Amino acid sequence: MGDADVVLLDFWPSMFGMRVRIALAEKGIGYVYKEQDLLNKTPLLLEMNPIHKKIPVLLHNGKPINESCIIVQYIDETWSDKSSLMPSDPFLRAQARFWADYVDKKVYDASKKTWTLKGEEQEKGKKEFIEILKVLEGQIGEKSYFMGESFGYADIALVTFYSWFYTYETLGNFSIEKECPKLIAWAKRCMQRESVSKTLPDPKKIYDFVVEMRSKFGL
Amino acid sequence: MGDEVKLYGVDGSPFVCRVKIALNLKQVKYDFYVEDLSNKSADLLKYNPAHKKIPVLVHNENPISESLVIVEYIDEAWKGVPILPHDAYEKAQVRFWAKFNEDKCIPALFKAIGSHGSEEAVAEAHEQLQFLENELNVKGGKFFGGDNVNLVDISASFIAFWLGAAEEALGIKVLAKDKFPKLTEWCGNYINCQPVKESLPAREILVAFFKKRFGGN
Repeated sequence: MGDADVVLLDFWPSMFGMRVRIALAEKGIGYVYKEQDLLNKTPLLLEMNPIHKKIPVLLHNGKPINESCIIVQYIDETWSDKSSLMPSDPFLRAQARFWADYVDKKVYDASKKTWTLKGEEQEKGKKEFIEILKVLEGQIGEKSYFMGESFGYADIALVTFYSWFYTYETLGNFSIEKECPKLIAWAKRCMQRESVSKTLPDPKKIYDFVVEMRSKFGL
Repeated sequence: MGDEVKLYGVDGSPFVCRVKIALNLKQVKYDFYVEDLSNKSADLLKYNPAHKKIPVLVHNENPISESLVIVEYIDEAWKGVPILPHDAYEKAQVRFWAKFNEDKCIPALFKAIGSHGSEEAVAEAHEQLQFLENELNVKGGKFFGGDNVNLVDISASFIAFWLGAAEEALGIKVLAKDKFPKLTEWCGNYINCQPVKESLPAREILVAFFKKRFGGN
């Protein structure tokens, strides 16, 4: 079973793609990474994700799996012999799924408001974003990770946004650490894992990318 | 020593109905607590502080929120008829379609209803429904789950029952039989399936709700 059995169609700054890269690294799975140009989508991407035409897409033995959280669960269930990403108890599993779903429903849209809006709207957006982060911070509480002492699915869903925090803070002129110090402590704890530290791009690179996009597209 | 199962919700909600269907499929007995959404109970706020929404399932004092998360939980907590397949790839496909219904198809249908069947909104809804029609064509079988109802069918309950009530209330047509023959057939199969039938609210109540909420042209 070679690396070519697992192919990832992805885009390097995507916090959704990063989730899959972390999961693959946690399991020690070799794979072929194919960088996608989202302004010029390849026939492969369009064939493998015809409904959403989005990354990430995981191809396993040629068969596509779409939607980052669904891909992470697929990886966990297929390579189940090591580094479990989900608790074994059904109630705790439901909690992990709930919090990953909360991140999906809330964090991305709110985060965009911190840097794509201006003036009063931006201030409201920043407030909303911090409130959401505070809920997540509260859920982690005194635990090391979302579900206790084991790093897993819910942590993976959120931690990829950490690489974008520098961008939000710089363009939004606010400090996430000041508002949510425990959340930052949790993120740094996650970064001590190789799967996370080797996956998350340098926040300055993300910032440079966003600045370039802004000037190109007037965002 | 038995299981204590409580479900917080309202009768007319398609999201609450998903949970009722799943509980009925597993033949789980539960107590239903009707919420007044304009005056949410202390229990609801305690059990779902993050969203403050229904449905909430409470199993032996453990609360679970978000209907699709609840349905997966029900599948794992109780034996019996499987709601998700065992195979990891098949499971991923089922989750994909459930998420598609949740994130794309049903919101498009809400827009079509809310706009009283505006051409643009209906066209967008048709685009999403076509994906489901194609999927049924490819799969064959009575349900998205083949011979048996699965998570995809459950996630699409709104399409099977609520949509028709809204169409009647507003005098619009979104799910046309000639355009979506497979999906139309699926609606009939699905609502006549016993665990589903037992869970559905009375149609007249829904028609009245849609008339009140969106009616009056």
